Amino acid sequence: MKIGFNQINKHFGEVHANVDINFNIQSGMIYGILGENGAGKSTLMKILSGFIQPDSGEIVLDGRVVEIESPADAIKFGIGMLHQDPLDFPPMQVIDNFIAGQEGGLLLKHKGIIREFKALQEQFGFTLDPEAYVDTLTVGERQQLEILRLLWLGARVLILDEPTTGISVQQKEKLFAALRVLAQQEKTVVFVSHKLEDVEVLCDKVAVLRNGCLVGEVESPFDTDQLVELMFGKLIILKDPESVSGDEIVFELQNLYIEQYPITIENVNFRLHAGEVIGLAGMEGSGQDVLLRACAGLQRPVSGRVIVNGEDLTGKNYHEFIRKGVGFLPASRLEEGLVPGLTLAEHFTVTSDEKQKLFIDKTYFRSLSEQMIDEYRIIGRPDTPVESLSGGNQQRAALSLLKDSLSIILLEHPTRGLDMESSIYMWDKLRERCKRGTSIFFISADLDEVLRYSDRILVFFSGRVSKPQDSAAIDLDQLGLMIGGKGWEQEIANEETYEAISNA
Amino acid sequence: MKPSRTRNISILFQLGGLVLAFGFVSLILLLIDADPIQAFSLLWEGAVGNTTRIASVFVVWVPIVLVTCGVLVTFTAGLWNIGIEGQITIGAIFTTGVIRMFLDTPVNPVLVIILSMLAGMLGGALWAVLAGVLKVFSGVNEIFGGLGLNFIATALNIGLIFGAWSRPGVASMSGTEPFPEVYWLPTFQNFRFSWYSILLSVIGLVVIYFLLQGTHFGLRLKAVGKSIKSAFRLGITTWQHMLLAFLVCGVFAGLAGALQVVAVYHRLIPSISSGYGFMGLMIGMLINYQAIWVAPIALFFAALNIGGIQLPIVMKLDSALTGVLQGSLVLFVLLMQGVKQRVLGKQ
Repeated sequence: MKIGFNQINKHFGEVHANVDINFNIQSGMIYGILGENGAGKSTLMKILSGFIQPDSGEIVLDGRVVEIESPADAIKFGIGMLHQDPLDFPPMQVIDNFIAGQEGGLLLKHKGIIREFKALQEQFGFTLDPEAYVDTLTVGERQQLEILRLLWLGARVLILDEPTTGISVQQKEKLFAALRVLAQQEKTVVFVSHKLEDVEVLCDKVAVLRNGCLVGEVESPFDTDQLVELMFGKLIILKDPESVSGDEIVFELQNLYIEQYPITIENVNFRLHAGEVIGLAGMEGSGQDVLLRACAGLQRPVSGRVIVNGEDLTGKNYHEFIRKGVGFLPASRLEEGLVPGLTLAEHFTVTSDEKQKLFIDKTYFRSLSEQMIDEYRIIGRPDTPVESLSGGNQQRAALSLLKDSLSIILLEHPTRGLDMESSIYMWDKLRERCKRGTSIFFISADLDEVLRYSDRILVFFSGRVSKPQDSAAIDLDQLGLMIGGKGWEQEIANEETYEAISNA
Repeated sequence: MKPSRTRNISILFQLGGLVLAFGFVSLILLLIDADPIQAFSLLWEGAVGNTTRIASVFVVWVPIVLVTCGVLVTFTAGLWNIGIEGQITIGAIFTTGVIRMFLDTPVNPVLVIILSMLAGMLGGALWAVLAGVLKVFSGVNEIFGGLGLNFIATALNIGLIFGAWSRPGVASMSGTEPFPEVYWLPTFQNFRFSWYSILLSVIGLVVIYFLLQGTHFGLRLKAVGKSIKSAFRLGITTWQHMLLAFLVCGVFAGLAGALQVVAVYHRLIPSISSGYGFMGLMIGMLINYQAIWVAPIALFFAALNIGGIQLPIVMKLDSALTGVLQGSLVLFVLLMQGVKQRVLGKQ
């Protein structure tokens, strides 16, 4: 199906999210929508999929002007949207999810539908078990299910919003192969992303958005520098940071043993130096999140000790850890990082040291938040509720709430969902703190990020923790292999001897 | 869109809710062959017809304001303090208990009244914290815990009226033996209301307004109410703040109960809480948890309550009709808020 955007405009309050957007997408191609956070990509796609309506302008499908008033409307027109976070029903079976959006009779014809499901997934080389429960699937598999469901509902246009976030390399390849099959079947694939490397290998043509405007359309093959310049209005060069690690030991794990079903982490010994950056690498759910939470006092270890600045904090609660200089920045920003419904100024008030006083000095906190907004380049005002900030700005706000005096910052996916410029900015800010002696523990699914910013790396594989690896001595391939469970023989052999001894 | 226009549209929708509520009640009246115009004018007459009635409205206004102030605190912390009825009752029981202790002693009655009111606040606070403890430490939802505690409080109240504290000779539904007049809060001339009660509820209002708008404590409660997980991560001691919210609410409910005893009934009666707790919850929802609206809306509800007394006398209608009006008011105003969001969201 051919899609046309005709003079689309959309405002959110004072923000002009889409400015006179004009372009066409031909059928049978993979069309990329590229832009940094807040460039207006999601807004445009939400308009196309009926979640929101434009202030002015029209959508043209195959030469016909249409009004798409709801997502259900969109699917009737043949437009299906795959969201960044899968919108499915985790406690239900795959097949029930598959059927759920279907209009039709009272009785379900399970057997016939299972046959159709299998035939459909074969086309794309997916191997989902229709009887499995959705909560046992990985994010990548849930995406596959959602794609199949949308196709079965009759989607001829498939919109994917940042689909490569949070899935493994293999699943990404599988996804890309499936998208290519769809393009061959004359379906239209709209691929929304801020990741240049994904767009470059996959798309036939891209539209680049910046500040709500369409700044250019480029056809494959792409020139990376040109795309970067279009996206940011300037060239960005990545520098490898210098290590500022000192000798002083600020944090220590001794014989740590943690159980958090289904992960068991045994015998972790580790010493963290002031100013050092440690990356925790591994497939999602390999135990790195469990260890990080144990370091923050959010997960009680079965045995072993956690020592912060020479003081044993084992078994103390999270607030005690905060008082002793440990800061934690969780991945889900709006669920456990920031309080939706409170403004930026209210966040600075709640986290300040002034909270022992009775009355709030509103002028003081207003100027404090203006200062922080300035320093961390948050796009927002002191009275902006945090939930209306874009993802990158939420992350900056969350970072700005961490006190300067912290000795350790623990981060889960510090740059997930952020564009290149925001990520670089985030790390600049973090490295500044390292220079002042703060150490960092961080989890990331992005191996490049782990290699670039870490001084040492801990690799996780189903609860096993490697010896600290010097990031200068390991390359991407080796790291990839370890994450996949290769090259662990030595460590496993050690453990078996240990078990043999303890059994004897 | 300009903010002033948005506000005007909001008010329009609120008024729409009001009109719908009155329309709905009129419909009910028509169905039972009663004249809505007559009923509404009776309500009006009953509330403001003469000075005695206006004074009665203020007698009811006091506990409604205090209770609403209390529930605003728990609402802010994201808690549904359904147990507020019980907290009022326990407050009244504690107050009665203290006065009974000093009845035949030479202790200064003023001191006794003050002590008994403090005891009432303590009782309400204890009962509220109990619901909080059940929630925080045993995972009992405060709605169910509160309901259970309401039943216990009512049973205890009835038990005392008919048992340990019953009138000499004959226990009766009319309550315990009235206290001598020296233990009453002084009333204004011959009217039923006391300036002290009014003063206390105004102080309560001011305290709650500033507590929620201007203090660090109020902001932390708000953070806990909006997202308990994030609040914890930001360093707020969450369960402690939830218990404190219950405590503050309980103090207000207890004070309302105490005033029911020392200023209104001068004894313990079975329906001492008079449903004011639930009314406070309704008003809290109706005013969207904004302390600034407590006084006028409470006045309106109090006027309906007093005006409703005329209904059974003149029209043989049950006075519960005012409850129907109050309830449908809350429902329709909330409904109109939803409608407003849909309509404005589409633009």
